Amino acid sequence: MDRSATSPSALMGVARGNGDAAFAAIVRCAAALILLGLGGMVAVMAWGARGAFATFGPAFIIDKAWNPVTQHFGAAAPVFGTLVTALLAIALAVPLAFGIAVWLTEIASARIAGVIGTLIQLLAAVPSIIFGMWGFAVLVPFMAHYVEPFASHTLGRMPGIGPLFRGAPYGTGFLTGGMILAVMITPFISAVMRDVFLSMPAVLKESAYGLGMTRWEVVRRIILPWSRTSVVGGIMLGLGRALGETMAITFVIGNANHIGWSLFSPGNTIASLIALEFPESAMGSLKFSSLMAAGFLLMLISLGTLVCSRLLLRTRSAGR
Amino acid sequence: MAGRDNVAQAAIAPCASGRWQGNSLSDMRRRMVDRVATGLCWAATVLVLLMLFSILFVLVRNGVGGLRWVTFVHVTLPPGQGGGLANAIAGSLIQTGLAVLIGAPVGLLVGIYLAEFTATDGRFINLVRFVSDLLLSAPSILVGLFIYMIVVVPTGHFSGMAGALALSMLVVPVVVRTTEDMLRLVPLSMREAAIALGAPRWRVILFVCLRAARDGVATGILLALARVSGETAPLLFTSLGNMNWSVSPTAPMASLPVTIYQYAGAAYEDWTALAWTGALLITAGILMINITVRLGLGRNRK
Repeated sequence: MDRSATSPSALMGVARGNGDAAFAAIVRCAAALILLGLGGMVAVMAWGARGAFATFGPAFIIDKAWNPVTQHFGAAAPVFGTLVTALLAIALAVPLAFGIAVWLTEIASARIAGVIGTLIQLLAAVPSIIFGMWGFAVLVPFMAHYVEPFASHTLGRMPGIGPLFRGAPYGTGFLTGGMILAVMITPFISAVMRDVFLSMPAVLKESAYGLGMTRWEVVRRIILPWSRTSVVGGIMLGLGRALGETMAITFVIGNANHIGWSLFSPGNTIASLIALEFPESAMGSLKFSSLMAAGFLLMLISLGTLVCSRLLLRTRSAGR
Repeated sequence: MAGRDNVAQAAIAPCASGRWQGNSLSDMRRRMVDRVATGLCWAATVLVLLMLFSILFVLVRNGVGGLRWVTFVHVTLPPGQGGGLANAIAGSLIQTGLAVLIGAPVGLLVGIYLAEFTATDGRFINLVRFVSDLLLSAPSILVGLFIYMIVVVPTGHFSGMAGALALSMLVVPVVVRTTEDMLRLVPLSMREAAIALGAPRWRVILFVCLRAARDGVATGILLALARVSGETAPLLFTSLGNMNWSVSPTAPMASLPVTIYQYAGAAYEDWTALAWTGALLITAGILMINITVRLGLGRNRK
């Protein structure tokens, strides 16, 4: 949507009478509420986290321990799990989303693309807990019985990449978590990609086809360079979603505060850790504060990603 | 849409027959690469559609058995005693309803602000829009933690109202987005006509612009409703869940997603079966809202 083109308020720039002043005050208050919401979230998390940061200092971020018995907490394992699962999800989702976007815009006819595009967007509407249950019921057994034993017997014996694929085939773990997240974020990324592919001036593509390029060459040499910024923005948007996802990953991550190089090893993410341990932590305890600190880190990571995404997506639409 | 299709067909037709291309090695290689890439795009689309159908299939297979009368009229009971989801269904309806009642007006006002006040508050508007977009994708579990700290801790207990407030924080950015987009589609001439008749600005916005954008705005509110009705994470630390029948917003309140979460991981067969039924109910509801909205939108655009 082009936000800069219309400016109806130009002609309504001057407020007339008390009603207008009151109305303007009301909508400005509502707008301030939005800022207060996000600002409040950051502030409250930081406030709740102060105990953990005071006790453990900045080392909290790189400390691998999470031990309620000795009251020793560190966020390294869940931070590691959050980043690994989100990056795996991106690695799996980007090719899928790109393939879908190209199929919808360049391969399928408009009518079929409309139907299939709607179906794919429906996947984005499915609640995350359903993905979690599906992952637990379908994907985990599939991984445990077929993919993981097979991969550890073949890829696991290769030098170099071997350690990535070794370990007991529980079915749960980083890879399964990444796969669930990938299915969840693919519709988001492909929707952004499809919109920017469609917004491309047809004459650019026409001239490329006219010069005898194949469809793939047009996609690779014309469409992709033209839409690169927005595509990256869409990918960052997907990354932001994957980082903060809770319910889907809780079912399949294995919930072990553990840093392992095997993709099959169970791990944990910040969001999943909070969902599981927060109900068991007393208000004001060190564990409570450590969970808030982990939440604060998640807030920083995901807001950072989302800010990048919005800046990339905005520069592009403002520039053209 | 039509223009795009013409381009694609004009370009593809000769390409598919392949007659215009030479037979040199590099041409064959280019054609092979194109075929492989096309095939991979097909594969990606089919794979993701298969995931969707697999999810729907598993939901129906595991959940349809629990669609009995008792599920809708009975509250949750300890394992082995039967029981249904009545309190969870009622709790979900109340909490999502309250969330929309709180969140939609705020979202509407902010959407109006973003669309109609650009001339006077340009820079501030950009900031508000940016932050609203951030809230749209902020981790929902952190919203739950936030409401826990500012509502549950001061009041001293979990409550349905706290759950509704957490959900309303997710409603607002969705409504803001659609309201702003829809108001921008309202033609300038309508505003000019209203102003020329001497209407004050707030009447123009509320009774001319918003009225013209009514369908789109309603769509946004429905989509927001669909989105929050499946949210689990914000409710875990706010409305907590309740095994008994309770419709009081000041007491802990059950909800479908939280009940599903508690039951799905349980070791009792009747609980997991109920979890699947709940999952089927909630997904069916959400997908129905989405399909209705999309069909409605498609018709309006034509």
